[in-house]
Amino acid sequence: MAKELIKGNEAVIKGALLAGCDAFYGYPITPASEIAHAAAKYFPLAGKPFLQAESEIAAIQMCYGASGGGSRVMTASSGPGLSLKMEGISYSCGSELPIVIVDIMRGGPGLGNIAPEQSDYNQIVKGGGHGNYKVLVLAPNSAQEMCDLTMLAFHLADKYRNPVVVLTDGFTGQMMEPVEFPYPNPGDFKKHHWAAMATPETRDSIINSIYLDPYELQEHNEKLQKKYAEMEKNEVRFEEYMIADAEVVGISYGTVSRVMFTAVDVARNKGIKAGMLRPITLFPFPKDKLIELANFDRVKAFLVSEMSNGQMVDDVRLATHFKKPIYFFGTMGGVVPQVEQLAQEFEKIIKT
Amino acid sequence: MAKDILTKPKAFYDNFHRKPDQNKQDTHYCPGCGHGILHKMIAEAIDDFEIADRTIMISPVGCSVFVYYYFDTGNLQVAHGRAPAVATGYKRTHPEAIVISYQGDGDLAAIGGNNILQAANRGENITFFFVNNAIYGMTGGQMAPTTLLGQKTMTSPYGRKAEREGYPMRVLELLSSLEAPTYLERVALTDAKHLMKARAAVRKAIKTQIDGKGFSLIEVLSACPSGWRMTPTDAVAWISEKMEKTFPVGVYKDVIKDRKPNTWTRMLEKVPFEKYHEILELTGEPMEIEADMSSVLDIYKNPEILIAGFGGQGVLLLGQFLAEAGMRHCWNSSWIPSYGPEMRGGTANCHVKISEKRIGSPIVAKPSILIAMNLPSLDKFEPLLKPGGLLIYNTTMISRAPSRNDIEILPIPATKMADQLESLRVANMVVAGAIQEKTKLFDEIILKDCLNTVVKHKNFIPLNLQAIDKGKEYVENFGK
Repeated sequence: MAKELIKGNEAVIKGALLAGCDAFYGYPITPASEIAHAAAKYFPLAGKPFLQAESEIAAIQMCYGASGGGSRVMTASSGPGLSLKMEGISYSCGSELPIVIVDIMRGGPGLGNIAPEQSDYNQIVKGGGHGNYKVLVLAPNSAQEMCDLTMLAFHLADKYRNPVVVLTDGFTGQMMEPVEFPYPNPGDFKKHHWAAMATPETRDSIINSIYLDPYELQEHNEKLQKKYAEMEKNEVRFEEYMIADAEVVGISYGTVSRVMFTAVDVARNKGIKAGMLRPITLFPFPKDKLIELANFDRVKAFLVSEMSNGQMVDDVRLATHFKKPIYFFGTMGGVVPQVEQLAQEFEKIIKT
Repeated sequence: MAKDILTKPKAFYDNFHRKPDQNKQDTHYCPGCGHGILHKMIAEAIDDFEIADRTIMISPVGCSVFVYYYFDTGNLQVAHGRAPAVATGYKRTHPEAIVISYQGDGDLAAIGGNNILQAANRGENITFFFVNNAIYGMTGGQMAPTTLLGQKTMTSPYGRKAEREGYPMRVLELLSSLEAPTYLERVALTDAKHLMKARAAVRKAIKTQIDGKGFSLIEVLSACPSGWRMTPTDAVAWISEKMEKTFPVGVYKDVIKDRKPNTWTRMLEKVPFEKYHEILELTGEPMEIEADMSSVLDIYKNPEILIAGFGGQGVLLLGQFLAEAGMRHCWNSSWIPSYGPEMRGGTANCHVKISEKRIGSPIVAKPSILIAMNLPSLDKFEPLLKPGGLLIYNTTMISRAPSRNDIEILPIPATKMADQLESLRVANMVVAGAIQEKTKLFDEIILKDCLNTVVKHKNFIPLNLQAIDKGKEYVENFGK
């Protein structure tokens, strides 16, 4: 282990290389650019390609190429860039290619601004591209997790032959915190039998998302759905805080979960039994945990807070089957909820 | 085509097993289509160079989307127009592979126009075959960028007009103005003489890549009898009589001889994993101690610090320095900057939290310590300071006195003191010294050692140390 005070965006790249990432293809955009900067600095030192692509579209397609050849590969961007990458994400899901995509969310819609928002939730978690696809979505809330979850993303991408998105907001990308970096585990870097690696053994490999016959394409889709069901079974990750006796449960991810964490403390000091559930995976969503909480008599309500118009809150509603009231506190445009605001929301909810 | 199939090159599958229909022997192309001829030329070249085991065919959308039915090589089927990007991503991770991108005119010249232009401009060591048949074949005969003036298509039913749809795009002429491409030739699949030239061009383009000499693209004028609504014979005649007028055949660029072998192969030298921590600058063992804040006055414990000033006053660096020091005491610490355009000129600020407990929100909404390096910062942030909190403000840049009377105030001429050290840049470290003397938060040896991490140019460290001492001294004597 080696400890360093480092920006989340830079921790992504160090983690990626320690996870055996073979190539980085990206396009600059604030507030994600430090990821490309760090990649440009470190990938050549490790003898690995870094290339600034001509566009976001090209960057994800370059990843498609590298992944099709069996390499671990990544790209990084922010909302407007992700909108452009949707074509490549859909194709990568169709062709079942492991690619790690980092999205450092900023304010939208349109050019919006570069302040932190969480308004890419729907386009990433629900799928902004065409087709019946899903991507695994990991949601770090600290610089340490920017490293750890990026490393996990490579592992999961390979495990499921599927793109994995590391989804967070501008603050988590820009924030510096101490990060402990592990040592690389060479055993983790396997070559893929399915890839077209330009070798005699893989000469018959094909990377493909076209199935002309409707029944064949249906079969392909059914296979994909089974894979997504496996992810739902195996990969749900979340963090609980003060939840054992909580009467009102806060739910948030990314930077807002850090605010929520402090707000729980503030509410507890006022005698309110608040707690927090933080989804670490947004797909798969911690549905079982939520319905379990909703079924407890002591749990009176949920408080969802996001830097969006309420995108994750829909998933909470579905998961809890509307069994308990769900309150929503959202901010937009780059405004970050404040501790006091969330603490007040807890107080209001308990009094109603 | 029957005769061709009997003499199938080895780079074709014997049996087109990936083809979904019952006929596994014939291609899916229409009678008289140029694709089959070009496929065969490519397959023969792959045979002759004995590269099938390391060849990757890239087939994007168009009639040739099913290239993988036929070529017994690695195959990547890709999105419309994106073949150059996919090929680039592939080739850079597999420099030893022979990557062949096979694209039509809608694909390469319209939706993927930027992708081919940029791959050419980077001089990617990849071979491109660009089939120009002046029409979208697969989607049912719509207008392409290369559709001739007057040519009728489903989306130019009255004939292409320059005033409405512009002129046919000459891709080779465009690409030949770039420095990087190595070999560019336009050929036509018409009579025996032209076919011979085409065959030679196909081989030369693949050889260019094998030799690592960079980007090559062969534009192939090719018949689409179905799309043009002509007989195969008339279609070939139309190429010679009409298409070649707009798209003259010939070599547009050939600098193969001038390019050194492997100039463009970008071989990768993989570094062993054992070296990764060294590469990632993670091998240093910075000095640290396990400290607690028990001896620190309550008001300075677990500080929430807001630092603000002009860009260039070292505001962000001061924050990093304090956060680094927090980490080196084995406490939790966080630093968030204001980021983006406002940093470049204008005011900058950062939020620092140092805490013995886990840090929730990293945002400092109500600072317990405020550092104001200029007047706008004092104006903006003074009201936010916690009652009883500490305000340190730079009197060189701020002429007015603070307005709050429920806070602790430490005025310090930081910029002036830095100037006396002959570097305005160390005003931030003067303040760091003042904070340390005032709060006694840090172990001084550890604090000063943090300069080794945050100061990029090591020869500035002595100056920064002096600045810290100056700041400390000032506070020691303040009010005496």
